[in-house]
Amino acid sequence: MNDALIRVDGITKRYAAGRDGASTVFEDLHFAIEPGEFVCLIGHSGCGKTTILNILAGLEPATEGYVFVGGREIRGPSLDRAVIFQGHALMPWLTTVGNIAFAVASRWPKWTGSQVRSHCQEYIDLVNLSGAEKKRPAELSGGMKQRVGIARALAIQPKILLMDEPFSALDALTRGMLQEEVLRICAETRQTAFMITHDVDEAILLADKIILMTNGPGAKIAEIVVNTLPRTRTRHTLHKEPHYYPIRNHLVDFLVSRSRRFNEALPADYDPRHPPLVAPGRDEPPATSGSLRHDKSMVVNVKTLKEPSASLASSK
Amino acid sequence: MKGLHFWGAPLLSVLMLLAFLAVWHAGTLPQTGVQVVDPEYAKLVGAEAATGRKSAFPTPAEVGRKLWGHLTDPFYDKGPNDKGIGIHLAYSIARVAAGYLLAALVAIPIGFLIGMSPLAYRAFDPFIQVLKPISPLAWMPLALFTLQDSAVSAVFVIFICSMWPMLINTAFGVSSVRREWLNVAKTLEVSALRKAVRVILPAAAPTIMTGMRISIGIAWLVIVAAEMLVGGTGIGYFVWNEWNNLSIANIVSGILAIGLVGMILDQLLARLTQLVTFPE
Repeated sequence: MNDALIRVDGITKRYAAGRDGASTVFEDLHFAIEPGEFVCLIGHSGCGKTTILNILAGLEPATEGYVFVGGREIRGPSLDRAVIFQGHALMPWLTTVGNIAFAVASRWPKWTGSQVRSHCQEYIDLVNLSGAEKKRPAELSGGMKQRVGIARALAIQPKILLMDEPFSALDALTRGMLQEEVLRICAETRQTAFMITHDVDEAILLADKIILMTNGPGAKIAEIVVNTLPRTRTRHTLHKEPHYYPIRNHLVDFLVSRSRRFNEALPADYDPRHPPLVAPGRDEPPATSGSLRHDKSMVVNVKTLKEPSASLASSK
Repeated sequence: MKGLHFWGAPLLSVLMLLAFLAVWHAGTLPQTGVQVVDPEYAKLVGAEAATGRKSAFPTPAEVGRKLWGHLTDPFYDKGPNDKGIGIHLAYSIARVAAGYLLAALVAIPIGFLIGMSPLAYRAFDPFIQVLKPISPLAWMPLALFTLQDSAVSAVFVIFICSMWPMLINTAFGVSSVRREWLNVAKTLEVSALRKAVRVILPAAAPTIMTGMRISIGIAWLVIVAAEMLVGGTGIGYFVWNEWNNLSIANIVSGILAIGLVGMILDQLLARLTQLVTFPE
């Protein structure tokens, strides 16, 4: 716990909502991200996923609790934490290289123009955008725009990469390609990353740890799933890994039913400071939800066979 | 078909112009028969028109001749009441340019600050709402009294009427810069000045330029009226002076010149707007 790069310590978000008093989006979240680790956070809409990411990025304050990066409490945004936004957020008046150079020149203000350019080129090549340097975002496809966003975030060499459903607006084919590239880049650069998603397969492909959020209001971390698939996994071989279906069923099962019921019947030994760590397929399934879960997972299993890339939206 | 598609509209324009000129020509043809005309009026408009044989309104050909005269010798100067139309236009354009640029220098920075702060936006709003609908010419007496100089007063009137569209559009453009671009700047720890110049200004530029385009149109409308009041030089004064001379052909020439210059100014700003507009 002490060598964690990021430690989230009891963050809570409340909004003062009219006459009914304050409404709590989520409360008392504790988790940590180790250096080089890829962590995904998964949950239904309304559980405050984007808010959590904004708090980590320093764009929004938490109502309670603290976030520590490298042992220091964060105060506002920092170049240590790069964000890949859901809607690419490129500046439409700048070219590809202009958008990345804006970030690079912000990171290293003393660099000369040619230093900035060659650094940008390196990252443009990394995300396979060579040839599109002088194009404006309006001339790029959705996938290419998101690549520019990825290059811009990586080019400042952040300690941690924060991603807010970066691929949700893309078509399935482009999404798959970009997921593999992010997987490759993060493996090559040992990049620490935190990603919000609602796509179960995306989480299994990319993440080392998957944080499961219960439904809001008053969302909590139900448990943290350890991904036991080998790090050499690819999109094409994923479903052949022995632990793939146990993990996938566990996740889908959680999203379909347990995320809703979890808050109503908190397990007796539930401690928000240490949410249960589970490794489906390797461990015995946790005893908290009994035999009902097995029935449910059978149902989901049939459905998922028909629809390999079932996301949260389709499983609802 | 493609040829018709391209040439259809210009062809129609020329036809409409010809039709208009034909109606004008027919309307101003010398009439037969004797008409009784007020003797005072007869003295003013000259013998030919007074007998009713010739209309006091010039024919297209007469206006054409006058226009040709103005075009071939636009810059002559034969004393304070007889200057070429080019000189008058130059005076008007110089006044508009001075008042307009001053207004831009004041309105855009203030608009920027108002747009950045919701508090300032609300605090300034009542003043802007009251000052905006005031006819620019209503400022004229106040300006003449305070500034004690008619030439400066004309520039002031242009200044005050060019202000509001630029101010309002700048404030609106700046306040509605997309949250995500500001968030990008925040996460990159960009300084306030760099953020203003590199993010907010380009993002708000199309809206600011639209305000500038509205302003130049208003300024050109107002300068004609202001010069009629102030006198001495300028295209507005030219038109008024030709009314005193009762040279309708010259008045028509002046009106045409006002329209043309106004169009050119508008097109100029439209081009500049296009330069800063980005496709989403």
